[in-house]
Amino acid sequence: MADLGATTPAPTRSWYKRNEIAVTPWLFLLPGIAFFALYVIMPIFQSFWISFHQWDGLGEKTWVGLANYERLLGGDRKFEISFWNNLRWLVLYLLAIPMGLFISLFLNQKVFGIRLYKSLFFFPFVISQVVVGLVFSWFYLPNDGLFDVIVGWFGVDISGGILGNPNTATYGIIAAGLWPQTAYCMILYLTGLNSVDPEQVEAARLDGAKGHRMLWHVILPQLKPATFIAFVVTIIGALRSFDFIAVMTNGGPFGSTRVLSFYMFEESLSEFGFRMGYGASIAVVLFFIMLTFITYFLWSMYQDEKGAR
Amino acid sequence: MFPTPLEKTSRQWQISYQVLLPIVLIIWLLPLIAVAIFSIKPEADFVNGNYWGLPSSFEMFNNYGKVFFESDMPRYLLNSVFITVPTVIGCIILSSMTGFALGVYKFRGNLLIFFMFIAGNFVPFQILMVPVRDLTLGLGLYDTKMGLVLFHIAFQTGFCTLFMRNFIRALPFPLIEAARVEGVAEWRIFVFVVLPLMKPALAALSVLIFTFIWNDYFWAIVLTQGPDSQPVTAGITSFNSQFRAAYHLMSAGSIVAALPPVAMFFLMQKHFIAGLTLGAVK
Repeated sequence: MADLGATTPAPTRSWYKRNEIAVTPWLFLLPGIAFFALYVIMPIFQSFWISFHQWDGLGEKTWVGLANYERLLGGDRKFEISFWNNLRWLVLYLLAIPMGLFISLFLNQKVFGIRLYKSLFFFPFVISQVVVGLVFSWFYLPNDGLFDVIVGWFGVDISGGILGNPNTATYGIIAAGLWPQTAYCMILYLTGLNSVDPEQVEAARLDGAKGHRMLWHVILPQLKPATFIAFVVTIIGALRSFDFIAVMTNGGPFGSTRVLSFYMFEESLSEFGFRMGYGASIAVVLFFIMLTFITYFLWSMYQDEKGAR
Repeated sequence: MFPTPLEKTSRQWQISYQVLLPIVLIIWLLPLIAVAIFSIKPEADFVNGNYWGLPSSFEMFNNYGKVFFESDMPRYLLNSVFITVPTVIGCIILSSMTGFALGVYKFRGNLLIFFMFIAGNFVPFQILMVPVRDLTLGLGLYDTKMGLVLFHIAFQTGFCTLFMRNFIRALPFPLIEAARVEGVAEWRIFVFVVLPLMKPALAALSVLIFTFIWNDYFWAIVLTQGPDSQPVTAGITSFNSQFRAAYHLMSAGSIVAALPPVAMFFLMQKHFIAGLTLGAVK
């Protein structure tokens, strides 16, 4: 399959042949970059632009400068609720990491059928969030729901049910979200535990390390890459939470379960009219929150890349 | 191995572990087990308030039959297939090319482009929503499967490029150099040398993207409406309003909607987990 003409350097070689190594990567990148630029990179800037306008999505855009942001940050109750809920999601969602670690430690044994156990524990992650949300909303049904029945035995009665009560609804949704997320973290840690250096563990054991001390000083440092990925996917997942809220409460009761991503959607495509400009400004705020994390992730990865060279 | 392998622990703990394992699993999967039981119950059970007890009669064929023959569910499922499969193929093609370019060649801006793909993959969907919806409307692709497919391909290319590039980097580079010395054209190196070695990566990405796209809900409701092109995740909500409070049918519908990725996972488990845990081990 070798092309004989190319092996003998002759002055007649075409421009492409002479520059093949320099040109090829760009040819290979072209379709990917074009697509990505059109659907991902450009829309980010367009959203910034739209956020300075008042726009119903159909007619002309009216330039309003920073008015959207002034309204947003100047005491919009819905925005404040969404923002605090986002923080709740962020903090509580991180529980998925220690819970995942715990389950992975529990399952990291060699007994009959353990492979099947591991996949069944991972199962919730494969199911769509819409279905998980539905399942949990039935689980939480007032009076008839299993959750209400169980807490009823202990004499606890949440009026309106978990999802019908503004004080508990967000936590109920987060708990539903933690289920698949914990499964994800578990599988990351199981893979990590698989590659823990057995000699180090044996050496530490001879030195008398046991239990949580062993975990903290010997095992966890070796699980650092898994922990990093778990952080990345959990934080991104927390800030992306939308499906659960849309399916389980649709933002209610009384708007108490809104998060920024949901509020943005509601403003832009609600039945009360399309406020695209205002929606875009919410998206921009969410983008900047996310950007602080993205920058940190990229910086960590860059340090790795530099180390690899 | 950590924690201490079971064979080196006390007899008591060995036995309690074996007993504990299935109990913990059942608690962990309780919501799913409940739905599975819901889906084989007769309607009367819900009317009588027998939500969580045993089914009073076995209605599996009846309930699932209704889902398949008396609702739009089959259409939604088919839509999902026609959205998911082209997306997987498109992503694989685009990202094996970008991954090859970024993994094999050294040129200015390599790392910058690579990081652009990663960063784009992490942005919130909402910042893309309004312009992408606008673009799709402008292309005349609103409420079509094609509109969804094109967006999904573009967005998932970010993640896939990260995956492919790291995979290609781990391949033995001398192989490529040897081919170059032989005078093999670069595109032939891609097709005949690199691509055959990438089979595990292609398999892993296919199952991952399949699951991601099948389970997508946000873009489905932003870019489509109605049973002509909506995938099953969005369809399940209209299915549920059709059978409001008919829990036996809603849960049967949910199980049907969730099944394809589950089947995919169990069939291609090794690849799925390899893909998902990429980077979790150095």
